[in-house]
Amino acid sequence: MIEPGFLAELFTSFLIVLGAGFALVGSWGLVRLPTLMERLHGPTKATTLGLGGILLASVMFFQLTQGAWSAHELLVSIFLFITAPISANMVAKVHLHEERLSETVSVGSAAGKVPASPGAGDWATYEAPHRDTPVTTSDK
Amino acid sequence: MISYAIYFGFACLALAFAFNLWRLLRGPTVGDRIIALDTMVINAIALIVLFGIVTNDGVAFEAALLLAMVGFVGTVAYCKFLLRGDIIE
Repeated sequence: MIEPGFLAELFTSFLIVLGAGFALVGSWGLVRLPTLMERLHGPTKATTLGLGGILLASVMFFQLTQGAWSAHELLVSIFLFITAPISANMVAKVHLHEERLSETVSVGSAAGKVPASPGAGDWATYEAPHRDTPVTTSDK
Repeated sequence: MISYAIYFGFACLALAFAFNLWRLLRGPTVGDRIIALDTMVINAIALIVLFGIVTNDGVAFEAALLLAMVGFVGTVAYCKFLLRGDIIE
């Protein structure tokens, strides 16, 4: 008969190992991948997921040792899950503008150059807002 | 058993820090350095949370939450400065 405490401990250890492994994979992707647009994938997905695993492990651990659920970790993970795409979008925009300014081609990229916009105009980050661009979309 | 998992976690995160530092020093563009710093902040939060598990107190999470906020604001401020030449217009 396996006691439930042992299972909880096993699950906590598994979450710690999983989280740290994903954080390592994300940083390895940051080193290994050829261009900035591809390098963005590692930190924004793998590392954020890894941190989520470690925070879940922390919730489990404090439930195990002190018998109380704590919400601080969930606060940190929710905040990170909200902010990671935003910072990735900002870095990607910086990269697009730098690439257009310097006219450099990303060397050795599987993704290749930035494709042309499918519509009539350019990509939104290059253009000023159009006259009929809605300021908000809430009153539609 | 948890202590071995924590040792493994510290080792992985230290190695991840080394990778981030390599990308931060190597570049080659500014965006690479920004994303390397951002990843370093996330890894630092993970280290702080693991440290909180080791010392078994909840004070570490306040530090983790603060670091999460400051790291995000720092990343956005860097990008905003590069995009617009100003942070708060």
